[in-house]
Amino acid sequence: MADVLTWNAPRAAEHRTVASRAITEPRTVQWCLTAIVIAFLAVFLFLPLAIVFSTALRTGVVAFAKAFTDADTLASIRLTLIAAGIAVPLNVLFGVAAAWAIGKFEFLGKSLLITLIDLPFSVSPVVAGLIFVLLFGAQGLLGPWLVAHGIRIIFAIPGIVLVTTFVTFPFVARELLPTMQAQGNDEEEAALTLGASGWKTFARVTLPNIKWALLYGVILCNARAMGEFGAVSVVSGHIRGLTDTMPLQIEFLYNDYQYVAAFAVASLLALLALVTLVVKSFVEWRTAHGN
Amino acid sequence: MYRGTKAWAFIAAAAVLFAFATPPATGAAGQATILNVSFDPTRELYNDYNTAFAKYWKAKSGQDVTVQQSNGGSGKQARAVIDGLQADVVTLALAYDIDAIAQLGKLLPDNWQKRLPDNSSPYTSTIVFLVRKGNPKRIRDWGDLVKPGVSVIMPNPMTSGGARWNFLAAWAYALKRPGGNDAKARDFVTRLYKNVPVLDSGARGSTTTFVERGLGDVLVGWESDALLATRTLGNQKFQIVVPSISILAEPPVAVVDKVVDAKGTRAVAQAYVQYLYSPQGQTIIVRHFFRPRMPSVAKRFAPMFPKVNVVTVDAVFGGWQNAQKTYFADGGVFDQIYQPSQ
Amino acid sequence: MAFALRRPSIVPGFGLTLGLTICYLSLIVLIPLSATLWKASTLGAVPFWHLVTSARAIASYEVTFGCSLAAAATNIVFGLLTAWVLVRYSFPLKRLLDSLVDLPFALPTAVAGISLTSIYASNGWLGRPLLALGVHVDYTRLGIVVALTFVGLPFVVRTVQPVLEDLDAELEEAAASLGAGRLQTVARVVLPTIFPAALTGFALAFARAVGEYGSVIFIAGNMPMHTEITPLLIVTKLEEYDYGGATAIAVAMLVVSFAMLLAINVLQHWSNNRGGSDEREAAAHG
Repeated sequence: MADVLTWNAPRAAEHRTVASRAITEPRTVQWCLTAIVIAFLAVFLFLPLAIVFSTALRTGVVAFAKAFTDADTLASIRLTLIAAGIAVPLNVLFGVAAAWAIGKFEFLGKSLLITLIDLPFSVSPVVAGLIFVLLFGAQGLLGPWLVAHGIRIIFAIPGIVLVTTFVTFPFVARELLPTMQAQGNDEEEAALTLGASGWKTFARVTLPNIKWALLYGVILCNARAMGEFGAVSVVSGHIRGLTDTMPLQIEFLYNDYQYVAAFAVASLLALLALVTLVVKSFVEWRTAHGN
Repeated sequence: MYRGTKAWAFIAAAAVLFAFATPPATGAAGQATILNVSFDPTRELYNDYNTAFAKYWKAKSGQDVTVQQSNGGSGKQARAVIDGLQADVVTLALAYDIDAIAQLGKLLPDNWQKRLPDNSSPYTSTIVFLVRKGNPKRIRDWGDLVKPGVSVIMPNPMTSGGARWNFLAAWAYALKRPGGNDAKARDFVTRLYKNVPVLDSGARGSTTTFVERGLGDVLVGWESDALLATRTLGNQKFQIVVPSISILAEPPVAVVDKVVDAKGTRAVAQAYVQYLYSPQGQTIIVRHFFRPRMPSVAKRFAPMFPKVNVVTVDAVFGGWQNAQKTYFADGGVFDQIYQPSQ
Repeated sequence: MAFALRRPSIVPGFGLTLGLTICYLSLIVLIPLSATLWKASTLGAVPFWHLVTSARAIASYEVTFGCSLAAAATNIVFGLLTAWVLVRYSFPLKRLLDSLVDLPFALPTAVAGISLTSIYASNGWLGRPLLALGVHVDYTRLGIVVALTFVGLPFVVRTVQPVLEDLDAELEEAAASLGAGRLQTVARVVLPTIFPAALTGFALAFARAVGEYGSVIFIAGNMPMHTEITPLLIVTKLEEYDYGGATAIAVAMLVVSFAMLLAINVLQHWSNNRGGSDEREAAAHG
């Protein structure tokens, strides 16, 4: 399902040389179509970005900076970093393991496994949050046991980390899988026959080959982890200063009519999104120009 | 990349330790953090109150206290506390919600209400109407709310305390009319909810919908929110209409014993609720348009509040236990009448 | 027996990685999902059915699926156009726009939500002129469609682009040399080839839109029976602590999600077999 999330390594020298007039549209049509597309993209992509920064800076840089002196906002930034800091490495570990198992071997049930890994993609974030409330909430399956042992998951930080891990679960695996499958086993088998151990083979042969896919997977996973809203909203308890992540803090500030502050925090996440896009472009460029 | 992976693992490990090392509620020397889980319209009130209390407590005990604040529909907040939200203090819209925490969550004793003066309600309020300036739809009383073409904004009784006060006030009006009985009241309230386009989960949410989003012709809700809207937004945009009959709302406060004992914050939490009854506390309360209990403060600020003819839950409905079970429990009257059938 | 279950290989680590994978998968995905299905099963079939088919729930399905369909349809049209323009034409800032197409993937939904609401508010950059034309976007279904269009924008573009890039010029040249006009060539030669990919993108955009929450709830009116999306209904039921109701509707959504997942996998298979490069076929899973 996430094929579309893989960057498609552009084929080298891919420029389409249009030789004959018979297979191109008339100039006016070309300009029309281009104009329509540019207008569409401007309205749907450029405007939202623009309004984030425009509103954040609407009353000046001082007000913008002041938004980040609020204790609750700082706490939300800290919580977001913690959640991503745990979810992303865990999913990287899992992603590498899953891509190795699926990419390097043939076994029964492979399709099923891939479909199961894809599951979190197709689940609504709200449903994802509900799933964990039903498991760990005080009225949930494990609720009584958790309460008896004083362990708090829902309405506390562990719950937020768990749902973040759930919703970003497939990202790294799905990025690595096509690459690992495309590269096949040849190099690894060669290294192994030359006497390298499994771990050494992985470190010296596989990793360098998948490093760009891995980088992109990590960046994408991180962007999603930091930006997750629906699932975290359900399990967080909205305790300001304690269990509000950046997206939740944005919602609170916005509903409280503190527009400048809301968009100031939003601008941080928008910047992160732009960095993600830049990294993606860079990765594509590196892949096309010699890897 | 290999080095990068190691770095990530390190960060992850550090983050895990960081996350689970929840800071103790009472630090070694003088630091305490308490959580006040409150109903929806009290944001400004407790913002001010928390600052004042921190100053008072620091002067009195030398301890630095941070009061964290959570606002939301009263019923919803109560269920959150029952579900594990670690509230040191609850300040909700009606006694039943704290009763539920006592009985279902077993977090405080059943006789909690007797522990503080005035049935643990340091302030009261009531239900009034807020309309747009000029009152274009000519809304004078409850009866006008069921007219066709009138859009009424009220919150969801299943989550909001104010919404339940609204419901009972409307029911009481229909009961008190000549020839009024339960069947007629039910019919009246059914027609009333047909005129409600959206139910927010809390009273403040409804106020926001009416005031900021411009939806609806009339907002039925807390007098405190209505006064807030007309005072802070100026009388140019809204005006208050007092219905012929309303209900006396007594929002109670309580310390949540199980939580404060586990966290070691009993002293500061108890001081927190008691300070609400002090002259300073009562003055902050009245400044945020809640009716104070202290006679001297009430007398001084009496002109600020409209005259409202009120009944009580006990007199008309036999108390909250009864009212909740009849009207707001699963499958109760509200569930039966609110089948959006448009 | 091991050799029947998997093809033998000298590459090590199968046991370890597969074990780790299944362990993690179970902990994070399968066990929590089972808890949900267990809870749903405790409701009983008839109550479950009533909860799933209540008037309010059905109205929310109409809103959610209707608006998602409209958004996906918008995206298939404009996505095709965008892919065409990005692949076939060159113009200044093309690379920038191409990178920007992925913005909805990277931008948090809450940020998208408040941005879109601000743009289309009655005093917003686009809201004001649109209001002068009598078009309400904020707090209407149109607003929901706008938000869902944003969310699904990259899907069609990114599925169609590789196929367009790989399209052999010879096919079009052949058609042209046989006397076909440009429009005919595009309609009869190009479009059928990229159709499976476009359909896959459509399905992906639709599936994503159905579950979307953060981008929508700020701009929608959230009025039950009119502009309430199904995920919001689930959240409302949770706020009322109606766990049964929330779970029933969530399970209904899960069923639809899984169906969509299967459909998309099938579509991708079809698309890869119809007209893809060797590399993409090798990379296709399954």
